[in-house]
Amino acid sequence: MADGNGRVGIKEAVTGMAGHLRKSQVWNSIFRPGSPMRSDNSDSPRNRSYVVMNNVLYHLHPVKVKRHGVRLSYTLCLGGLSFFLFILLTITGIFLMFYYRPTSPQAYFDMQALATDIAFGQLVRNMHRWGAHVMVLTVFLHMTRVFYHGAYKPPREFNWVVGIVLLLLTLLLSFTGYLLPWDQLALWAVTVGSNMAAYTPVFGDQVTFALIGGIQITADTLLRWYVLHVLFLPFIIVIFMAVHFWRVRKDGGLSGPL
Amino acid sequence: MPQLPEHLLRRSAEAKAKAQGRPVEEILAEMKGEEAPAAPAQGTGDRDQVTGGEGRDLDAEAGKYGVPRPLLERAMFARAKADGTAVPAMAGAPAEQAAAVSSQASAAAAVAAPAAPVGPPPGVRTQRLLTVVKAGAIQGTGTEPQDKVNVWPHLLAIEFVALLAMLAFLTLLSAYVDAPLLEFANFNEQPNPSKAPWYFLGLQELLAYFDPQVAGVIIPGFGVAALAFIPYIDRNPSIRPADRKFAISLFTVFFVGASVLTIFGSFFRGPGFNFVFPWTDGIFFDDLRTILE
Ligand code: HEM
Repeated sequence: MADGNGRVGIKEAVTGMAGHLRKSQVWNSIFRPGSPMRSDNSDSPRNRSYVVMNNVLYHLHPVKVKRHGVRLSYTLCLGGLSFFLFILLTITGIFLMFYYRPTSPQAYFDMQALATDIAFGQLVRNMHRWGAHVMVLTVFLHMTRVFYHGAYKPPREFNWVVGIVLLLLTLLLSFTGYLLPWDQLALWAVTVGSNMAAYTPVFGDQVTFALIGGIQITADTLLRWYVLHVLFLPFIIVIFMAVHFWRVRKDGGLSGPL
Repeated sequence: MPQLPEHLLRRSAEAKAKAQGRPVEEILAEMKGEEAPAAPAQGTGDRDQVTGGEGRDLDAEAGKYGVPRPLLERAMFARAKADGTAVPAMAGAPAEQAAAVSSQASAAAAVAAPAAPVGPPPGVRTQRLLTVVKAGAIQGTGTEPQDKVNVWPHLLAIEFVALLAMLAFLTLLSAYVDAPLLEFANFNEQPNPSKAPWYFLGLQELLAYFDPQVAGVIIPGFGVAALAFIPYIDRNPSIRPADRKFAISLFTVFFVGASVLTIFGSFFRGPGFNFVFPWTDGIFFDDLRTILE
């Protein structure tokens, strides 16, 4: 619309352009039919199905779920939140990797630099650390809610076992990350933790040696745990998560209602 | 025609009768065709009496209903035979075809009356009913219809809100409380107390009571194994809490025990991992020290 002077206002120009964009071939090639992002979308049962079915989301969610399953009080969203925290930890972790060197003493200095030299460095580090603690909690509580719902009973037995593997991997991810700041807290907490492994019957020494890459914690341990933390364990946990989510659907969606 | 059990034929006839609104007996006879000896005696030879009744224009009917004329003819004969009435005159039948039909029919009737099978007219394909399967046996899935809702918008909206709430919580926490960073790692100076990460403090607490072999290896080892095998140990199929009192009690003991041990190791252990009261002696828990300060 033109204002009194015959000029087009900024607001009108922007809405007009957005309208064109939403009708363009480029836009429609990105958002498949049924998507609420499309200009030709309307709210109908069919389109509601298409939102999921025509979307990469279909890898995670079916079109419909049992009514009790969407009640917040059933899952408390704990599994979903565990997954979200994993994504968040991946994003913040990649950010941290740009500024971190897994060697001594640089590792420690890099942690200090995050607080002083790098924009949002401390914030991202905080989110990564608190997020990791919270994830251990949500995963554990998720297991608890699954137990109380008896959701491990046939046909879901194996998914419970996969879940236990996920729990162990979550703990290992958290524990390997614990060493990386290379401060007193990291060094001695990990010392106490890995000393427990030395009590493994028969193979105690070998287990410790493999774990910390020597007979005591050194900068070599730092590199070893770094690789486990940023590459190996995430890789493994993603595979198990894929199996976990796949099984939730193949086992007939959520269990219950009670 | 293969021998079909009588009850299956009957059921099929009943269904057809219901669908077409005709008497069951009539359809049953039609289905059994010439095999059925039930037709009244004078009915068997009616095929060549192409006289009487109102005349039917089969060609016109074939065009109108889209049914091949030979089929119409056959149906007409069959019905006439079953009813014991005369076949109506066929108008518009090509002379030689009508003749062929009637001579074939009369020959058959003459040779093998009353149960002579009549083959299909030329050009008509027949189908054999091999078996009758109840629909439920193949298609029935045995599941009851369930009360379901669309993932979009119902589930996705909730997930999105949960995600935002968690993100907001973490961002706020991180904006106000820094992650701990103590002094540079020093191999020669062990802090007192030295504590494992908080999620292992329950185990470290156990070390205060048991031999390291027991607390560090046997209990966690068997604990994890027992957890993993829960579905194969607990064979009770019910998920109703009232039916699972034992399992629930056991897990609750585990859950409360693990929590208490962890809290104990975190807050009630001070220098030398000796017992302290957090409210009088202070908290020796570095994981949360920046939060608690
Ligand atoms: C990284 C860790 C994990 C992630 C990301 C995760 C994710 C999920 C998600 C998103 C669901 C869908 C329902 C819900 O949100 O509650 C689910 C269901 C389930 N999870 Fe997990 N999970 C994890 C760990 C575990 C653990 C430790 C266990 C048990 C030992 C477990 C056992 C199960 C079972 C049996 C179901 C099916 C529940 C039902 O049908 O009601 N998961 N998981």
